Amino acid sequence: MEEGEQTYDFAVNNCLDMRKRQKILKSLICAQPWYKTPNNLHLWDPSSIDLVLISSTMGMLALPFLTQTKGFSAKIYATEATTRLGQLMMEDLVLMHNEFHHFFGSDSGSPQWMSWEELELLSPALRQVALGKDGTELGGWMPLYRSADVEDCVKKVQTLKYAEEAWYNGTLLIKAFSSGLEIGSCNWTINSPKRNIACISSSKFCSVNAMEFDYHALRGNDLILYSDFSSEGVLTNDEHDNNFSASTTYNSSTPSADNDDLILKECLLRNDESLEEREKLAFICSCVVDSVKAGGSVIIPLNQLGIVLQLLEQIPVYLESSAMKVPIYVISSVAAELLAFTNIIPEWLCKERQEKLFSGEPLFSHSELMKGEKLYVFPDVHSPDLLTNWQEPCIVFSPHWSLRLGPVVHLLLRWREDENSLLVLEDGLDTDMALLPFKPMAMKVLQCSFLSGIRLQKTQPLLEMLRPKEVLFPEDLREQIKFSGSHSFSVFYYAENETLGVPRSKDSVDLEIASNLATQFSWRKLDHDDVDITRLEGQLFIDHGKHQVLSGNKVSEMASRKKPLLHWGVPDVEKLLTVLSKMGVKGSVERCMSDAESGSDEIVHIHEPSKALIEVRATRTVISARDEQLASLIFEAIGNLTGGI
Amino acid sequence: MAIECLVLGAGQEVGKSCVVVTINGKRIMFDCGMHMGYDDHRRYPDFSLISKSRDFDHSLDCVIITHFHLDHVGALPYFTEVCGYNGPIYMTYPTKALAPLMLEDFRKVLVDRRGEEEQFTSLHISQCMEKVIAVDLKQTVQVDDDLQIRAYYAGHVLGAAMFYAKVGDSAMVYTGDYNMTPDRHLGAAQIDRLELDLLITESTYATTIRDSKYAREREFLKAVHECVAGGGKVLIPTFALGRAQELCILLDDYWERMNLKVPIYFSAGLTIQANLYYKILISWTSQKVKETYATRNAFDFKHVHNFDRSLINAPGPCVLFATPGMISGGFSLEVFKQWAPCEMNLITLPGYCVAGTVGHKLMSGKPTKINLDKDTQIDVRCQIHQLSFSPHTDSKGIMDLTKFLSPRNVILVHGEKPKMVSLKERIQTELRIPCYLPANCDAVHIPSTIYVKAHASNTFIRSCLNPNFRFLKRSKEDNSDQVLRNTNPTAPLQVNDERVAEGILIMEKGKKARVVHQDDLLLMLRQKKHDVQFAYCCAAQLDNLEETRNRDDALGLSDKCSSLQLLFKELSNYFSGVNIQDLGEHLQVESFHVSVCLKDNCPYRIIDNSQREAVTVYFCCSWSAADEKLAWEIISAMERFNLIDNLPCRNSISSTN
Repeated sequence: MEEGEQTYDFAVNNCLDMRKRQKILKSLICAQPWYKTPNNLHLWDPSSIDLVLISSTMGMLALPFLTQTKGFSAKIYATEATTRLGQLMMEDLVLMHNEFHHFFGSDSGSPQWMSWEELELLSPALRQVALGKDGTELGGWMPLYRSADVEDCVKKVQTLKYAEEAWYNGTLLIKAFSSGLEIGSCNWTINSPKRNIACISSSKFCSVNAMEFDYHALRGNDLILYSDFSSEGVLTNDEHDNNFSASTTYNSSTPSADNDDLILKECLLRNDESLEEREKLAFICSCVVDSVKAGGSVIIPLNQLGIVLQLLEQIPVYLESSAMKVPIYVISSVAAELLAFTNIIPEWLCKERQEKLFSGEPLFSHSELMKGEKLYVFPDVHSPDLLTNWQEPCIVFSPHWSLRLGPVVHLLLRWREDENSLLVLEDGLDTDMALLPFKPMAMKVLQCSFLSGIRLQKTQPLLEMLRPKEVLFPEDLREQIKFSGSHSFSVFYYAENETLGVPRSKDSVDLEIASNLATQFSWRKLDHDDVDITRLEGQLFIDHGKHQVLSGNKVSEMASRKKPLLHWGVPDVEKLLTVLSKMGVKGSVERCMSDAESGSDEIVHIHEPSKALIEVRATRTVISARDEQLASLIFEAIGNLTGGI
Repeated sequence: MAIECLVLGAGQEVGKSCVVVTINGKRIMFDCGMHMGYDDHRRYPDFSLISKSRDFDHSLDCVIITHFHLDHVGALPYFTEVCGYNGPIYMTYPTKALAPLMLEDFRKVLVDRRGEEEQFTSLHISQCMEKVIAVDLKQTVQVDDDLQIRAYYAGHVLGAAMFYAKVGDSAMVYTGDYNMTPDRHLGAAQIDRLELDLLITESTYATTIRDSKYAREREFLKAVHECVAGGGKVLIPTFALGRAQELCILLDDYWERMNLKVPIYFSAGLTIQANLYYKILISWTSQKVKETYATRNAFDFKHVHNFDRSLINAPGPCVLFATPGMISGGFSLEVFKQWAPCEMNLITLPGYCVAGTVGHKLMSGKPTKINLDKDTQIDVRCQIHQLSFSPHTDSKGIMDLTKFLSPRNVILVHGEKPKMVSLKERIQTELRIPCYLPANCDAVHIPSTIYVKAHASNTFIRSCLNPNFRFLKRSKEDNSDQVLRNTNPTAPLQVNDERVAEGILIMEKGKKARVVHQDDLLLMLRQKKHDVQFAYCCAAQLDNLEETRNRDDALGLSDKCSSLQLLFKELSNYFSGVNIQDLGEHLQVESFHVSVCLKDNCPYRIIDNSQREAVTVYFCCSWSAADEKLAWEIISAMERFNLIDNLPCRNSISSTN
């Protein structure tokens, strides 16, 4: 069995047509967008994947590429919330893409920018985007899936609740536990009879809307697959200075519950993270208010749903406190449903949000804001309702963060020359490239980074607390985190496109034996030490990851049979004679050298009570008698002189 | 270890559900309800039976509440705040959200209207609810290292759940109240096929079989529509939660479809606020209602407005929802007094009303006058419609669920004794499952499942998975059946693959038990296997030997073969059903080998046969201890055989072929 764990990166590229270098704007926006999945995914044989675990909505966007492949038949697991949100985001993407076709038409076959003549004309930076660092990745580009593919893909996903047990093939127990990153996002545990595995993807200790990071549930697994790449390449000065001293402080040689508490309190749950995040949001809000005060409009094409939901709640508060009346628009084909959905999923939200349910308030205030006509939701920029309601200055939330698709393109073109207007972008994007088609820009750009995973200095304390035996760690992060020497687990580094073999952990399987079988055991003592052995016979059942021996059809037979079936050692002939004579069986020994190899044969001729013969060789004893009872007696005598079971 | 089930409430009755189950050392309280029919100490379960010293924290591992009805949660604030239980309490998200509303409503009725001394305060309710851990359906909750619980959809009211609990190898399900058929606002109960030692199920409708709920819903809608069409007013007394929203969904939807403009009101006690909970928790409703969240949440009632006292005698038709449900006082009674005397009006009654309430009086017979107290008498001229759709499963549903789960034991609670007795009979005779119906304060003891735990070696597991083919001959009757033979030309062999797990269990002091393959054992002991075998050279009589030789015109080898074949035929006839394999040089049955012995002086020829008159053939046999019994049977048979080469018989076989 193979466990395929795939996380999907997602990249949008449509900025490659450079035929007319001077018309960057037109060509970058008008080029037909193609999309990319993880490198070399297309080289995989889809039928070799048994299992796909989806950890977050962002990790789901390329799933239709996989599910529409011929031969793909893997089982896909994702949480209910991730699946619903992922479906909405994919539908939105398809609609935006279709809208693009509607505006600019489409090339038949592969887009023009992919032809070699066009690629030759690209700037080095753009060429690298198109071809990859070593120029081999052009084949990775794919046209977008269609709406039917999304539907088909979602149908194939088996949705789970947090901590719901899913049995794959009756042997693997798969469970999702909240990772705190986004609504519905999760880490996975896989329990198999041989090994228990926890897969940790990007997780957040200070979740804001999503249910809290459930790290307790990940404790006690044999192996941890650590795949939080959020900190890759991110190394703040602060972290340099600390040099991860935190990780060494708590490495007492014996892990104890006290130590865990200490790690938790002092390191993992320190609320500096949430404080920082709150400050960032407050800063964004104040910038937004400043812009609208100055008469400019604000466009926020952020990707993280959690951040968007928070801003939707906080911006109105800021506006109110500065006595501003400015409409907030959410423009997206799925916005209405998305917002309605967030208000009916208390089971997926953090404690504070759940408290709202228990006190009878809506989970998020956006429904109230909509009723109070402070917030408007429209499917797209040319919906008639929008045109009648439209007021500027305004604050707009709309996709797509790539600035190549969706309402944001139109609005940027409208406001780019207004120096009072504001664009809020997420960090990690190549801003120059993203803004290239909109230049020259007078509009302000606020770029902010949000925490989207486990901070490096928390990695080792977390792993210490989870107490795995082995940790699989990304090679790419090896340089950034040096595990201090005294850690209790062994670390294996894995890299892209390389298969890593992990040594077997357990050599035995846990077996459960039905108690009605156990009552029929006939125990034998092994003479040399305190060991008792018995034969076990039944039927083996493997279900729900358990191996159970239950009584089969042959139980009665077994109960009546007490004779040993397996012997070891060589019976001593002289002793055999003595034992036999005690049983009233008399005989004499004859030694004969038959073969040089098999050594001496010894033959015992039995005269009383009737004729019989015993041939004793190095590996074999043959009892020959016509009398059933005599044969049995001799067998018993031999059993006394050899080991047997 | 065993399972002990102590019934503190709802034993052979309906009311104050409370069952304490001890399962492999863990103690769980399922439901903590209140009896609505009593005002004295009988109202609460007798908690002293759990712990004489009233140290509930140490005597209980957790409390599980199945749904927000008072006969299931009513005693909880009393138990936690007055009796002092501080341990974990589990219920689903909707139950945690809605239970405090029910409790508060009830507390108010007790204190404000009946003027009773309060059993618990508002503060008690909120403090109690703070201790509650909310769970989602199917979420597997690890209460502690050994105890695992899980909720399944029960379909009785919003958030109602059946609870699964597992400790070690033993597991059980407590159903609470459930409904096996979906209705307009809730889905049907749903549960996995679980391996259970015990199922504790409600049995409200132990003997009733009900038709579809839709028919009764239509009746209700028709009655309401006719009333308002005739200009009448409809009073629907309900509790704040559950039935009110369920009926309101029906009416709101009907109003929409029929384009009715008659106002629907919620009385102040109900408040539209309560609907907000339903809006947030819409994903716990039926699939159809659930799907409305994106467009217009089904609990965003379009036609519902808040009621004002001044509207009681306003002209024109209307529909009014008012508390309390059994018209025991409060606003519903106030409105009842005004509306009951008019024939145009309609009063609906819930399925169950406690004795002494106006609702109960209206249900029993068709009274024309009702005495409220000495001085007040009300003329009842209005129409009365009894709502008969109760969200409980009927007896078919109980039997279906029990059959589906096939637990080792069943305990019935929450029902009426005579009906429960007949259901118990059915479960025992039809499903062959032991069934109990303990009365309140009785305990039932049943054995729990325990497995012996051991490590198993890979060699053992692999050997268990090896195919173990057995070739069984078809019986003679099959062969003689010519029709069958012609139509079914398969070989007269049945292949069986009954895999057997054979290994050796090793117990060593201070170590966990191990199960190994016998090869592992030898390796462990550093010993070589020593075969102990039996051998016997058996004489058999063979007639017509000359004839055989002549016909086959051969010596030695063919002679050997043909006598072996003769033996094969004879043995096959004699031991029909046993699979004897002819391997050319020898025959084999399990470990029993037999071949023709041509030695003049075989050491295994124990008995001297030289005096025998007839021509004798010797067959050398060997076998191991496992097949001892069979071996001796075969040898005895061989010695009795008179092997005759039956030529015509042979011909007949070849001609049929």
